[in-house]
Amino acid sequence: MAKITIDSEKCKGCLLCITFCPKGLIKVSGKFNKRGADFVEFKDSGECLGCVQCAIMCPDCCIEVYK
Amino acid sequence: MKKIFSHPVSLRKTSTHYCPGCGHGLCHRLVAEIIDELGIREKTIAIAPVGCAVLAYDYWDFDCTEAAHGRALAVATAIKRVRPENIVFTYQGDGDLAAIGTNETIHTANRGENLTVIFINNAVYGMTGGQMAPTTLLGQKTTTTPLGRQANLQGFPLKVSELLSQLPAVKYIERVSLHSPQEVIKAKKAIKQAFQNQLDNQGFSLVEVLSACPTYWGMPAHKAMSWIKEVMIKEFPLGRIK
Repeated sequence: MAKITIDSEKCKGCLLCITFCPKGLIKVSGKFNKRGADFVEFKDSGECLGCVQCAIMCPDCCIEVYK
Repeated sequence: MKKIFSHPVSLRKTSTHYCPGCGHGLCHRLVAEIIDELGIREKTIAIAPVGCAVLAYDYWDFDCTEAAHGRALAVATAIKRVRPENIVFTYQGDGDLAAIGTNETIHTANRGENLTVIFINNAVYGMTGGQMAPTTLLGQKTTTTPLGRQANLQGFPLKVSELLSQLPAVKYIERVSLHSPQEVIKAKKAIKQAFQNQLDNQGFSLVEVLSACPTYWGMPAHKAMSWIKEVMIKEFPLGRIK
């Protein structure tokens, strides 16, 4: 059982976390933050492995992982 | 639940000016994590380059200074010689280290100064608008090579790491990439080694980091990662060079 938190104000919507999440638990939110980026959201379905691949690849250090 | 991945203390919690998917943000985080892990934050001095990473001092929460374009290693030499107890590193892009600063780079390496160099190679000039860099690949389109780089007109990509590895005073050179989580972990290990070498007074250490520039490569971030893996690594093979 693990989960991630995403700083939606810092997210620039590069979508690298979506590319590297092995479970496909990160989705585009369809909303915009203050900088005008379509940020991503974590869809918690209890499947998150806490593999930290999303956090490792995030260029803006928006993701923190809990396990 | 325990936090297993958190924001490094040495990285300020501000938003960076980098484009979405840029490798600079990733590499800034790796450097900050390593400085936290080695416990050297209070004695580290970074030298920011001219280029996209010119504002690195706004993002790292330790002492930083700025150098004139290409002269980061000359400034680093001075700081390290005056304050040998400090950990001094430069963070330079391909325009700074391999174009205008080639002279300083080669001579600093040849003197074997006890410094750490992080060389970001993204095969293009980012800050000025996507012009050809010395490291641009043959056939790669940039704003100044709209038909692709041609060897008879613009020469071949400059392999700085291989060039510097010939110098006897150079201690450590490794080329790493940031295109996948596995490679990012290897990159962190290499950068940490380069800092450890300086702590052990081993001499000049350089880590070349293949980093994505989705904006001026004209592709989304995930395709930029595939481009590094499929195209860029063929020209710039990864691994320990010296």
